[in-house]
Amino acid sequence: MINAPPALTPRQRAWRRFKRNRAAVISGLFLALVVLVVLVGPAICPYSPNALSEAQFQPPNLRHWFGTDVHGRDLLVRVLMGARLSLLVGATGAGVSLVIGVIWGAVAGYLGGRWDSAMMRAVDVLYSLPSVVFVIVLITTLEQLFKNWLSRLVSIESDSTVRLLFLFVGLGAVSWLTMARIVRGQVLSLRTRGFVEASRALGANEVRILWRHILPNMYGIIIVYLVLTVPAVILSESFLSYLGLGIQPPQASLGSLIADGAGQINPIRIYWWLIVMPGGILVAMLLALNFLGDGLRDALDPLAES
Amino acid sequence: MYFLKRLFFLLPLLLLISFLAFVLVRVAPGGPFDKERKPASPEIERNLKAKYHLDESFGKQYERFLAGLIRGDFGPSLKYRSHSVTDIMTQGLPISMTLGLLAFGFAMGTGIPLGLITAVRRGGWIDLGGSFLAILAVCVPGFVVGPLLIMLFAIHWRLFPVGLWGTPAHAVLPVIALGLFFAGKVARLMREGMLGVMNAEFVTAARARGLSEGAVIIKHAFRLAVLPVVSYAGPMLADLLTGSFVVENIFQIPGLGVFLVNSSLNRDYPMVVGLVLLYAVLLLGLNLVVDMAYRWLDPRVKYD
Amino acid sequence: MSFSWQSVYRFLTRAVVGGLLLFSCAGCGSRAEQRADLVIINGAEPESLDPAIVTGQPDIRVAGALFEGLVRNDPHTGAPVPGLAERWEISDDGRLYTFYLRTNAQWSTGEPIMARDVVYSWRRVLSPETASDYAGQLFYIKNAEEFNRGEIKDPSRVGIKAIGPRTVRVELTGPVPFFLDLCTLPTLAVVPEWTIERYGDRWLMARPLPVSGPYELVSWRINDRIRLRKNRRYWDVAHTQNDRVDVLPVGSANTALNLYETGAADIVWDKELAPSELLDVLLKRPDFHTFDYLGTYFIRINVTRKPFDDPRVRRALAMAIDKTRIVEKITRAGEKIATHLTPPGIPHYDPPNGLGYDPETARRLLAEAGYPGGKGFPTFQYMFNAAAGGAAKTHEKIAVELQQMWRQELGIHMELRQAEWKVFLAAQSALDYDLCRSSWVGDYNDPNTFLDLFMSWSGNNRTGWKDPDYDRLLREANSRADPAARATLLQAAEALLVRDAVPVLPLFFYRGISYYDSTKIQGIYPNILDQHPINAVRKVR
Repeated sequence: MINAPPALTPRQRAWRRFKRNRAAVISGLFLALVVLVVLVGPAICPYSPNALSEAQFQPPNLRHWFGTDVHGRDLLVRVLMGARLSLLVGATGAGVSLVIGVIWGAVAGYLGGRWDSAMMRAVDVLYSLPSVVFVIVLITTLEQLFKNWLSRLVSIESDSTVRLLFLFVGLGAVSWLTMARIVRGQVLSLRTRGFVEASRALGANEVRILWRHILPNMYGIIIVYLVLTVPAVILSESFLSYLGLGIQPPQASLGSLIADGAGQINPIRIYWWLIVMPGGILVAMLLALNFLGDGLRDALDPLAES
Repeated sequence: MYFLKRLFFLLPLLLLISFLAFVLVRVAPGGPFDKERKPASPEIERNLKAKYHLDESFGKQYERFLAGLIRGDFGPSLKYRSHSVTDIMTQGLPISMTLGLLAFGFAMGTGIPLGLITAVRRGGWIDLGGSFLAILAVCVPGFVVGPLLIMLFAIHWRLFPVGLWGTPAHAVLPVIALGLFFAGKVARLMREGMLGVMNAEFVTAARARGLSEGAVIIKHAFRLAVLPVVSYAGPMLADLLTGSFVVENIFQIPGLGVFLVNSSLNRDYPMVVGLVLLYAVLLLGLNLVVDMAYRWLDPRVKYD
Repeated sequence: MSFSWQSVYRFLTRAVVGGLLLFSCAGCGSRAEQRADLVIINGAEPESLDPAIVTGQPDIRVAGALFEGLVRNDPHTGAPVPGLAERWEISDDGRLYTFYLRTNAQWSTGEPIMARDVVYSWRRVLSPETASDYAGQLFYIKNAEEFNRGEIKDPSRVGIKAIGPRTVRVELTGPVPFFLDLCTLPTLAVVPEWTIERYGDRWLMARPLPVSGPYELVSWRINDRIRLRKNRRYWDVAHTQNDRVDVLPVGSANTALNLYETGAADIVWDKELAPSELLDVLLKRPDFHTFDYLGTYFIRINVTRKPFDDPRVRRALAMAIDKTRIVEKITRAGEKIATHLTPPGIPHYDPPNGLGYDPETARRLLAEAGYPGGKGFPTFQYMFNAAAGGAAKTHEKIAVELQQMWRQELGIHMELRQAEWKVFLAAQSALDYDLCRSSWVGDYNDPNTFLDLFMSWSGNNRTGWKDPDYDRLLREANSRADPAARATLLQAAEALLVRDAVPVLPLFFYRGISYYDSTKIQGIYPNILDQHPINAVRKVR
């Protein structure tokens, strides 16, 4: 280093590193644009997502940019509405996975011994229970109770709102389990490394060691797994919907639109837009999310040289 | 000592899991004998319940289940009444396991090299392309990959059968459809693990000693870098071995994956509990193996 | 710094190849089996092949190939023709049936089939320990219901008797005009006593398994295949066409089509297994065959809930459905739209016309009921079951159409409630719904198989609708031996159901679809019962 750089906080340095990563910045902007379009788009679009028409199975054209489906509904507005829902589902799943999964795994791994055993066995038990039964029971037994309780507090417009809430809870409840295992494994390995031993010898308190020394070393793996959780949650939502346990038609999610489209793949004739349009949007969003994650990871890497 | 203790606690844990499953599936509304066609008289339904002891108290039913468990008998399937749960599991499990192990091999065999290459060539075109492929594999679901593979390789080029099970050729497309998602995840985790250790002090030290980059990767970095993949491998293998609903459905493969979902939907109580136990044994056993592998890969890891 | 790709590769290949070798051996175990002479895709996996237990159509097709009763279906028309019994006599009052068994009827293991086998098989269906779902099909026999309920303990008091070594006499509770049709059901087939008594519930796994029908059961692997082999001791073996038959359970239409198109299957005969989006193309092909059969798609209305307790509201709903759009845009197999419950084509019966598409009258009726333009009409729910396992989402599509039609024509708002199958059934039985999707496939070729659903006491009613007049009309009809007088009473009952009370809204009659290359496969004839005996199917080489 020739010129000593002005003193920067770690956060400022991270931001500076992030800005230099072109793929990450473009991805971030793209995601912001998608969110904007998904929020504003349906309002501008001349079609309602549930309006039927005579124009059944029309390929993309000037009137319907993404084509139409079996009921003659405009696919573009349905994809936008679906993406809105899927983003919400994905974000909820990732959020639960981040908060519960990381804390659970880190504490288990750091404390070790009996705590580790108990906490990890709890994860195993939850992981073993069949998620389909779990969701059925959750929806059917608690939904009515919850609806009654909720309707006394606020007026809810429809049943599907409650169902949606339960879907979030159900998906969130299982999405953090693998994250906890991975984080716990990393902590087990990290807590014996030289720098942790050193700070412990210097008398740093345990929470501080976990927060300041171990956690920053795991940013990478956490971000990467978090990004992987998003598609997993979006797709398990579509699987539950496919079994009749998820969102209620005529509402759609990106996952259920893709599942519908996949049913169209056959040797006779393919309505390609039904699969390519929602699938393309999902892939583009996740790719951007991934490159954004990589950029964040590099920016936050404590060992990266500026 | 630690692992012996874990092994010892396996049994009560399995009991707890089976109990929870036993309760959960009975709490769900509807019963195994509910059909669109109601029998001509309510007595017929009563006879059915009596025959399979569903009219007994909950405690008595659980007692009966435990007694059967000791004899190694999960009872009859309530959906397929001529078959026992054990019949169905011994038919489906070998097939699901074959498919699952092959898919595991495929996921590891493609995911780990891809992860390594993208990590070593970080930031370059190889990294970008490799990461792109990995993410594509993760977010294109099996119910899209399966039909696409069938369209291209089974119908257009007629290289493989469209479905069913029997010869090695039947396994190729389902293994890819099943393994692709996991391969993508493994590649991402491997890349991340590798990036995490490449700059660690001991790797730099090894480099300084003049070891070649390849040797550094294999001898020092790989052991630690693979840890996240190993963590993930336990649940992943348990998932793969018990079969996949989607892939078995698309390729018409007589494995267990379809039962894992359908037994719950059918309220086939003995089948659900039997399958949950099977899955739990695999999961707990594999997680134990994973923890043992951890200590072998990173000798500094301590559990006590 | 030198970077050696080679060393990385050497290490990885060793690990991966070693692993794969280890695993692939597990695959060697499953050997390739030879293709059967005839491969049939049969729809869902049969729950059972025990004649006393089967209820579903796919189950009945296979169980019927294994076990035969006194009477069997004619492959052309589905009408009852002699099976194990070579002839029978019916008393003048229609209450006594005397069946004479063939002298050459024998089990696949060589023992003769005698009258006591028939008596055992029928009593077994009625016995409470067998817990047969379809025991009700025998309730037309004297004392049968009482015996099934456990009110009569002595089986000899039931009206089935062996009055000679090969003669069976059946005494009915009344002149049941469709009794011979009932006799073709597998429920009344003849099963081997000594095997069942020895092996219990798993008797189908016994080998050798004595069967009375044209095929023996070689193996049955759930979700894999059922393999059948010609029974060389069957009395009509000369007409059994194929030596080995494989029956595959397939749930998804695309998979069935793929297997058929690549030659892995010869016949697909389940209406669910033709992808509805492709029907406009497929139905033009010579190997796709459609036919009418006894099935109706309809909507149940819960008449115990407001505002559906008002018949005017129910009639308004019925008249605002554009059924033509549904069969043309959604189901697309050329279904006939339905205004009545009983499908056309049943002999001696001409169903009365119900309410047609008339949005104008519908709006007026709704206004009369107090909801002009839909004002004040509460939001209600339409419940339908989710199509699990890759099945077609027809119910969802129809629900979406109905939602929009009623909103547009009547200005009322309906929510959709998709329920998982068992939840759906539980809610329907508990009358915990407003409107719900339903369907019914007739068991035998008579209007009674549809009309008795809505008797007040029927477990299949599930609408909350009870009308003593309807019950009386049906009961009176079934006590008449004269077909014309009976038909008039049945018509009056059905008119009451679909014109006045309207607790159900019929949408369309099912159309069966099967696909097979008719230059290679022969012996499948369209009939209203959708019965195609496997032994009559012929493969031409």
